[in-house]
Amino acid sequence: MDFDRALELFEPVLGFEVHVELSTRTKMFLEAPNVFGAEPNTAIAPVDVGLPGSLPVVNEQAVRYSISLGLALGCSIAESSRFARKNYFYPDLAKNYQISQYDEPIAFDGEVEVELEDGRLFTVPIERAHMEEDAGKLTHVGGATGRIHGAEFSLVDYNRAGVPLVEIVTRPIVGAGRDAPELARAYVATIRDIVRALGVSEARMERGNLRCDANVSLRPHGQRELGTRTETKNVNSFRSVERAVRYEIQRQAAILADGGTIVQETRHWHEDTGTTSPGRPKSDADDYRYFPEPDLVPVVPSRALVEELRAALPEAPAAMRRRLKAEWGFTDAEFRDVVNAGLLSEIAETVREGAAPFQARKWWTGEIARIANAREVEPGSLVAPQHVSELIALVESGELTDRLARQVLEAVIDGEGAPHEVVESRGLAVVSDDGALLAAIDEALAAQPDVLDKIRDGKVQAAGAIIGAVMKAMGGSADAARVRELVLERARG
Amino acid sequence: MTDSAREELTRLPAADLADLLRSKEVSSVEVTRAHLDRIAAVDGDVHAFLHVSDAALATAAKVDAARIDGADLSPLAGVPVAIKDVLCTTDMPSTAASRILEGWIPPYDATVVRRLRDADLVPLGKTNMDEFAMGSSTEHSAFGVTRNPWDLERIPGGSGGGSAAAVAAFEAPVALGSDTGGSIRQPAAVTGTVGFKPTYGGVSRFGVIALASSLDQVGPVARTVLDAALVHDVIGGHDPHDSTSLPDAWPSFADAARAGRTGETLRGLRVGVIRELDGEGFQAGVRTRFSEALDLLARAGAEIVEVSAPHFEYAIAAYYLILPAEASSNLAKYDSVRFGLRVTPPGGGTVEDVMAATREAGFGDEVKRRIILGTYALSAGYYDAYYGSAQKVRTLIQRDFTAAFEAADVLVSPAAPTTAFRFGEKLDDPLAMYLNDVTTIPANLAGVPGLALPIGLAPEDGLPVGLQLMAPARADARLYTVGAAIEQLLEDVWGGPLLAKAPALPGGMLAAEEGAL
Repeated sequence: MDFDRALELFEPVLGFEVHVELSTRTKMFLEAPNVFGAEPNTAIAPVDVGLPGSLPVVNEQAVRYSISLGLALGCSIAESSRFARKNYFYPDLAKNYQISQYDEPIAFDGEVEVELEDGRLFTVPIERAHMEEDAGKLTHVGGATGRIHGAEFSLVDYNRAGVPLVEIVTRPIVGAGRDAPELARAYVATIRDIVRALGVSEARMERGNLRCDANVSLRPHGQRELGTRTETKNVNSFRSVERAVRYEIQRQAAILADGGTIVQETRHWHEDTGTTSPGRPKSDADDYRYFPEPDLVPVVPSRALVEELRAALPEAPAAMRRRLKAEWGFTDAEFRDVVNAGLLSEIAETVREGAAPFQARKWWTGEIARIANAREVEPGSLVAPQHVSELIALVESGELTDRLARQVLEAVIDGEGAPHEVVESRGLAVVSDDGALLAAIDEALAAQPDVLDKIRDGKVQAAGAIIGAVMKAMGGSADAARVRELVLERARG
Repeated sequence: MTDSAREELTRLPAADLADLLRSKEVSSVEVTRAHLDRIAAVDGDVHAFLHVSDAALATAAKVDAARIDGADLSPLAGVPVAIKDVLCTTDMPSTAASRILEGWIPPYDATVVRRLRDADLVPLGKTNMDEFAMGSSTEHSAFGVTRNPWDLERIPGGSGGGSAAAVAAFEAPVALGSDTGGSIRQPAAVTGTVGFKPTYGGVSRFGVIALASSLDQVGPVARTVLDAALVHDVIGGHDPHDSTSLPDAWPSFADAARAGRTGETLRGLRVGVIRELDGEGFQAGVRTRFSEALDLLARAGAEIVEVSAPHFEYAIAAYYLILPAEASSNLAKYDSVRFGLRVTPPGGGTVEDVMAATREAGFGDEVKRRIILGTYALSAGYYDAYYGSAQKVRTLIQRDFTAAFEAADVLVSPAAPTTAFRFGEKLDDPLAMYLNDVTTIPANLAGVPGLALPIGLAPEDGLPVGLQLMAPARADARLYTVGAAIEQLLEDVWGGPLLAKAPALPGGMLAAEEGAL
């Protein structure tokens, strides 16, 4: 059904479960390293593969990260928090139970301010943030879908098993209306910003550091009771979250408008077709036989620790955005472009290194974004903010022209060193030696003897031909403004 | 050394062997060979061992060499030890007496095993048990029963029947057991040996193939209280690999036991008799010996007081919800995917089919029974009525203990309600089997330490009767002191250890001393 029509008939209610992989050095419950991309089944300890007699021990750093994240989400931190076992059989779950938290999560009752593209703020209520361990990874081989059904066999890699996760669960989010898809994207982006600002996760969705399950239900306008929801699993980019929510609203609206009922189930998101398909039926009666994890004692964070972590919290992303917009003096449109390009922290860092805000914006949204786009990578992964700042300073001081600076930037990106090192090794500095410039000018004048007369006759633009020739002769490493001055001096002669 | 002189070595307590080793009157190789010979002679009948180490003599030789080099060795260096098969060992299969783990060799030692090795004890082998420590008779082993050295037609108790029988049959001076609801103490009671369940958290569970994590505790099995204390000193203490391990610094338990044999430690001691652990269901001869033991304590100056623990009557019910619940989860990992048995159904199948076929073939009936019980107890809609209620009972039992320990320094009861029963007697009646642990279960539910030691033979069947002593959590040392004092009083009466009365085993060379109590 058409999205507008769906919104006329129904009110969407959203809910999100976002899993954040913490970037601790070791795993949640033992000493195996927490690394991405290692050979399968090499970054494992006995507890990750559930060997008999192995025991979990809680990673203190993961607890600290979880508390920090809980605080950043405006949550209360539990005085005593317990792990529980979630029991179900699945080959990626070595023990056939997951150590998670159930009725005593580390953090609960928070809220997050989410900013929409037009600057409106939306408050998303957070029910809880709890600690748990990740499962291993299955690869289904054979069969057309890459899913377990139809596969000939499956491979399992336990490197990810036991990686610490925080699962952030929202309460039902009502009132988003037609903004629901955008809010979905903005919410996940906000969580990404928060965990990055905290430094608790790499938060790279393409690596699965940040994974989102999106719950969508519809109810007729004016109805209090919530409709039946679906849970679309593992929607792993901001854009996909937005599309998946939009698709589910339209799909459910069509069924409901037709007099049908929504099946409570998990659904799979298909990036290529932009649709969801049914997964397994899910009901609130799913029986995971939770019970307190007897191998672990409760986590009892001291008030002193909580306050220490609270004091160390970075500024909330929404508050930081408001502050930076004012400090930088950007227009609404300029600032929104920066935010939407995901370049806020890069520009902030560049400004902190000493660059003027408008220069930092110009380079990041201009040349760097262009190269990133061409190479299909994130701009932030190309070059360090301090190098951008250094580059800007070299232009400001006249040591580099814009054109030279772009060459230096490419060299920096290609790993040739810091800007000043590139300038030195490639000999790219602006030629500010008047003697060298004058020699080139005289050569050009000799080739075009009528130019001086034209200038003297008031046709100053004729100098352009000489400036062009000089720039060409010097391979671009001349300061065009200085060349112009010198040509005019010669004419005055 | 003659064969009979060597067999004499097997009769000695670990403390005496340690003295002979320290003074270099015997070597560890001699002591170890004596026990290996004894195992070869009698274990065909007793079947205490599932696996006998082929490295024992080499280990012993290394200890002897270190001693000759003048190394500073620990008190039990060179003394052989038997290890319950529930404990992980890198050099021997560790199966928990289950088909599903047949032949599995772990890549790590249990912390307690590591500590035995670090203290230069000599592991002799792995002892039989009820599968995954589920049972009170060792009849549930997947690899055959263990026989009680006092009567080969009877059970040696369980789940640690192998460790108790090995020690009672002089195949090992000391052994390790694990006690979830009485698996160290009840076998000790029915084999005339000493068994100690430490305070929960006092001994590491790392490398213990888990039955019920909140109840399991490793402890020593021995023929004397001092020997148990010496082993406890080796294996106990904090382990960062076990979150539930207590950070406490513990006193020397051996010193505590020695103190019991030297002073008037029983005078003025308040001994609490638990009203609820007596009467119906207790064998007449057990009650006779128990009441005689109380008389002996009173004559030695102890003050006998009656205490009530009103919630103990619900202990078995609570235990048989909590234990299966935890076990059902702990045993979920045995699914054929990563280790252990794998059974593929005829014609292949999905991973679920393979898991199901493996668990069907790999687990025995008692294990399946408890997995089903536990899965049910944790199910949505039943959790509050079963697991939840059981946890509340657990709290009430802990309060009963707290109240009782205000009136008494130690609590006493028979260690088991009956003497050793015959094979098959309770096999078809799980409830009767479960009731055998009525005396021992409360200590596990409350996490307090318990000691079982022999107090004589029941007049009607001539089989050993055990006394259980319990102390508040962390007061393990008190039990060693009191236990050693009682042991000495009784041995004075008997004129030697009770095990001297055990009948000779067919393969053994030494006849038992004649005489009755």
